[in-house]
Amino acid sequence: MKKALLALLPLSFYVSAEIEISGSAGVEQRYFLQDPLDERQDRSQISAFLQPEIYTDFNDGLDSILFSPFVRVDQHDDERTHADIRELLWLRVGDDWELRTGITKVFWGQTESVHLVDVINQTDSVEAIDGEDKLGQPMVNLSIIRDWGTTSFFLLPYFRERTFPGMDGRLRPGLTIDIDNPVYESSDEENNVDWAVRWQHSIGDWEVGLSYFDGTSREPDLVPVTQDEQTLLRPFYPQMRQTGVDILAVVDSWLFKFEGIHREVNGDDFVAAVGGFEYTLVGVMDSIYDIGWLMEYQYDERDELSPTPAQNDLMVGSRIVFNDVDGTEILIGYVQDLDEADSRSGFIEASSRISDNWKWRFDAWFFSGAEDQPFDPLYQIRRDDFAELTLEYYF
Amino acid sequence: MKLAKTFRLLNCLLLAGGLLAATSYAQTAQEKGLEIAKERKARDLGWGDSTAEITMILRNAQGQESERKMRTKTLEIDNDGDKGLTIFDQPRDVNGTAFLNFSHATVPDDQWLYLPALKRVKRISSRNKSGPFMGSEFSFEDMSSFELEKYEFTYLRDETMNNMDMFVLEQKPVDKYSGYTKQVVWIDKEHYRPHKIEFYDRKNSLLKTLAISEYKLYLDKFWRPLRAEMYNEQNGKSTELITHNFEFRTGLKDTDFNKNTLKRAR
Repeated sequence: MKKALLALLPLSFYVSAEIEISGSAGVEQRYFLQDPLDERQDRSQISAFLQPEIYTDFNDGLDSILFSPFVRVDQHDDERTHADIRELLWLRVGDDWELRTGITKVFWGQTESVHLVDVINQTDSVEAIDGEDKLGQPMVNLSIIRDWGTTSFFLLPYFRERTFPGMDGRLRPGLTIDIDNPVYESSDEENNVDWAVRWQHSIGDWEVGLSYFDGTSREPDLVPVTQDEQTLLRPFYPQMRQTGVDILAVVDSWLFKFEGIHREVNGDDFVAAVGGFEYTLVGVMDSIYDIGWLMEYQYDERDELSPTPAQNDLMVGSRIVFNDVDGTEILIGYVQDLDEADSRSGFIEASSRISDNWKWRFDAWFFSGAEDQPFDPLYQIRRDDFAELTLEYYF
Repeated sequence: MKLAKTFRLLNCLLLAGGLLAATSYAQTAQEKGLEIAKERKARDLGWGDSTAEITMILRNAQGQESERKMRTKTLEIDNDGDKGLTIFDQPRDVNGTAFLNFSHATVPDDQWLYLPALKRVKRISSRNKSGPFMGSEFSFEDMSSFELEKYEFTYLRDETMNNMDMFVLEQKPVDKYSGYTKQVVWIDKEHYRPHKIEFYDRKNSLLKTLAISEYKLYLDKFWRPLRAEMYNEQNGKSTELITHNFEFRTGLKDTDFNKNTLKRAR
C-alpha cells in the first residue's frame, strides 16, 4: 500500500488527507481447445488488465471517496479491449444510515451457480463467462440500518449496456451482435430512471432478503433483424418489474441457499428459482484440507425461450481449500441440463499465491449444446472450450 | 450395654459428621479448576472495547517465512462472547477482505466474510472451527474468546515456570466439534494470565504448544500479551502472532459490528 500525503489548502485552514493507492494488474493467456466456428476467431488470446483503487477519507472517516477505474487490452478482440469506471463513489456514514452517491457495485443474493436477484449492475460479459464481473452503475443509495434489518433505497439514473465479444472474439453467438444499435422499450432509452428497494436481515442462523426492482432489464433479448442482407442480433432492453427473495440457513456444517424471482417483462411474467446446499468437511482424513460439496437446482419458467441455459439444470461442484500458506483453492463444477443430455458445461477454477504480491489463477471451461436446440446459448459456444492462465500482481 | 450402644451411635454420628465436613471443605480438582478459570475470567471483565494491529509470521519446518497483517476491532458483550471485526491487509490479494464474528459460549459463533472483489458478504458456517486461520498454525478455535462454558476444568498441580508460581489446569472442550480432546494451561497465580497452553489432538497426542509472552498492563487492570507463538509439535511449523498498538475504550459501539460496517471496513 502506497500512502501519499496530499495537502489540500482550502481558503482559511490547512487539512492534510491521506490517499491510499492499491489495486491489481495481470496478464491472461487463453487457449481454446478446438478450432473456431468462424475463421475470424483465433485459438490463442492474450490480454492484460489494470485496476487501481484510490481511496481517501475525511471528517473522521465519516466521509470517504473511492475511485477505481478498470482497463483491459486484448490481443484480438476490440470489444474486449475496454475501459470502465468500476467505482467513483462518495460514501457518507451516519449513526444508523449510509448514503452512497456515484458509481459503484452492489451484490444481492446467496446462491453460487446463478445470481437471479442480483439486478443492479450490468454484467461485463467480455470479462468472464461466469457473469460475475460487473460494470459500474451510477446511483444514489440510502441504507437505513435498524434492529429489524437494513433497508436500502436505490435511484439509478443511467443505464449501462451489456458488453459483448466482437467478431474477432470467441465465446459469442454465431450471428453478429449489433452492439452499436441497442433498442429500448423506454422512450428515455438509457436515461430511464430505474429504482429499487431491498431489505436484508440476519435472524439467528438465517439470512433473509427481499427486493423489488422497477426499470430497464439488465438482461437484453437478442432479436434477429435483417440489415443489408445480413442477419444481426439486436439487443433489446425491455422494462421490467422484479420481486426477489433470497434466503440462507446455517445448519451445522450445511448452508442451505435459495433465490426466487417473479419478473414482469414484455407484457408477460415468469418465475425463476435456484436452490441447493453447500456442505463443508473440515480437516478431511486428518489433513488440513477442507472439502465443500455444492449442489444447486436451477429453474426458469421461460424454458427453451430462456436467454440463460439455467432453466431446468442441476449444478454439482466441489470446493477444495488447501489451508496452506499460499491460500491454494480449487473449485470444480458441472452443470447438466435435465431435459437435454447434450446440454451441459463444466469448469475448474484454481488459484494460489506465489509471493505476498503475486498470484496465479487457472480457469478452464467446457461447453456442450444439443444440436436440436440451436438457440441454446451453450450450443452457440460449443466449440469454445478453453483453458486460461492468469498471472496477477497486487499492490 | 445401653451405654455401649449409645457410645457406638455417637461414634457413628461423629464419623458421619466428619465425612460431611471433609467433603464440604476439601475441594475436588474439578472445583478448584473451575474456581481458577472463573477468577481468570473475572479479572478480565470490563475492558469495554479495543483495537489492535496484528502481524502473523508463518514459518515452515525449513524456516521459510511468510507474513500476514491485519487489524482487529473487538467489543466486549455482557453475558455473551465478544464481537470482533478483522480487516486483512497482507498478503495483498486478500487486502480489503474482512471477517465479522459474534462469538458465543455454548452455541456456534455467527460469522460473515466480506469479499471485496465481488462486493459480497457471505455467511459462513462456524460449526467446524478446527480449520487453520489464514494458513497459520492457529485454528479459528484458537482465535476465539475465552468463555467458561466452553470447557470442563480440572486443576492438575502447582508448578514454577519463568520464575513465576503457576497453576496447571486441564481444560476439556465441551463442543464435540472441537479439534482438541484437551488443553493444558499454565496460569500465573499473581495475575491469572495464561503463559503456556498445550493442545492435544483427537488421538490425545500433543499437537501444538502455545507460548504467550510480553504481557503489558492496560487501563491499570487488563493484561494483554504482545507476543504468542504457536508451535506445531507434529510438523515443525510455527506461527508467531505479534500485536502492536493495542488501544482500549476507543468508543466502539454495537452498531460498529454488523454487515454494513463489514462491507465498508478499511
